[in-house]
Amino acid sequence: MFSEAEVVTVIETISLHELRGWVHAGWVAPAQSEEGPVFDELDVARVRLVQQLRRDLAVPEDAVPLVLSLLDQVHGLRRELRTLTQAVDAQPAPVRTDICSAYQALLRNRNI
Amino acid sequence: MPKSDDPYTLLGVSRTASADEIRKAYRKLAKELHPDLNPGDKSVEDQFKNVSQAYHLLSDAEQRARFDRGEIDASGQETPQQQYYRHYADSDRGRRYDSSAGFRDFEGTSDIFADLFGHGAEGAGRVHARGQDVLYRLAVPFLDAVNGTKQHLNLPDGSSIELTIPKGSRDGTMLRLRGKGRPGLGEGPPGDALVELSIQPHPYFTRDGDDLVLELPITLDEAALGAKVEVPSATGRLRVTVPKGSTTGDVLRLRGKGVAKAGGGHGDQRVVLKVVMPDEVDKDLAEFLEKWRKTHAYNPRAAL
Repeated sequence: MFSEAEVVTVIETISLHELRGWVHAGWVAPAQSEEGPVFDELDVARVRLVQQLRRDLAVPEDAVPLVLSLLDQVHGLRRELRTLTQAVDAQPAPVRTDICSAYQALLRNRNI
Repeated sequence: MPKSDDPYTLLGVSRTASADEIRKAYRKLAKELHPDLNPGDKSVEDQFKNVSQAYHLLSDAEQRARFDRGEIDASGQETPQQQYYRHYADSDRGRRYDSSAGFRDFEGTSDIFADLFGHGAEGAGRVHARGQDVLYRLAVPFLDAVNGTKQHLNLPDGSSIELTIPKGSRDGTMLRLRGKGRPGLGEGPPGDALVELSIQPHPYFTRDGDDLVLELPITLDEAALGAKVEVPSATGRLRVTVPKGSTTGDVLRLRGKGVAKAGGGHGDQRVVLKVVMPDEVDKDLAEFLEKWRKTHAYNPRAAL
């Protein structure tokens, strides 16, 4: 767990002002305590990502929410796809085979 | 050094490139290769690392000059291995930031999605879906969790909610605030805000189920002769009787002074006694004990 001050110390190239702005904008959502926000490793990694988008990739400030929203969607999709795959894996072999052939038939039809 | 390690080659710039050209080349590559922009592609990570290292070397005028003179090699200084965001986002707790906006409309076209996520579309073509839940974590002081309290939670949009922390809340308790999550899609209702309580440790109280446990230091004479002493409890200070002849490890149980139980009633407060010697064993005490032990020897280690 990291306080605001600790995040600013760990990630040298970000200011407290910037960090607060990002939390206010909802880009990073730390837990709250009586002593202020508390960041876990996921939050710190996300701060680092925003900082790289801004500094290294020169993504303009108003484009950051767009990039984050797309990334969150990708991760949401990845999780659902992974879960769906696990559900299919858990089926008996004939069911799995049926799903595979149905899937490939759909792909073939699209390629025409 | 293999040719591909050459920072100029990696960035695709000439040896005479200006700082600006180098920065532009790096940004172009970084946008293609940043691991968080390619969450499923493991191979980009090494490429990105090499390109970043090349850039950090060449973007520093002094380092670049030393490299050009052959004083340092392309690796420069090894930077610690970075854990990218995708590493955390793919783990279970990464769910907090996940968005279902990439597939929510599938519920309107696929029966299996509607079954899986439990909110079918109403009416052809129009999709109504419940908004996403948002997860917050709130740090709660130990005694506030025992006694119950009200605490403010600030939302990222600047608004604030007053939350009732129920008496006896445990670490990890989840509170659900209906309708305080993300807005719904179409005419779908908004999602909920889920607040996970993180109970902070206390300097001298600990919790064991519904019991509060406190270690109470007592003096040698209080232990031997018995005494009435003050004990902190969750609701204030109490006077309790230390029986004559108490010893370290003895437990005084204060009935009903513990944590509120889910089904009504309270646990107990357990006071664990700890006999503490005076800072200094003075002449009086030493003389008395010298005399006393000649006639009153006892062996507490008989069973060992």
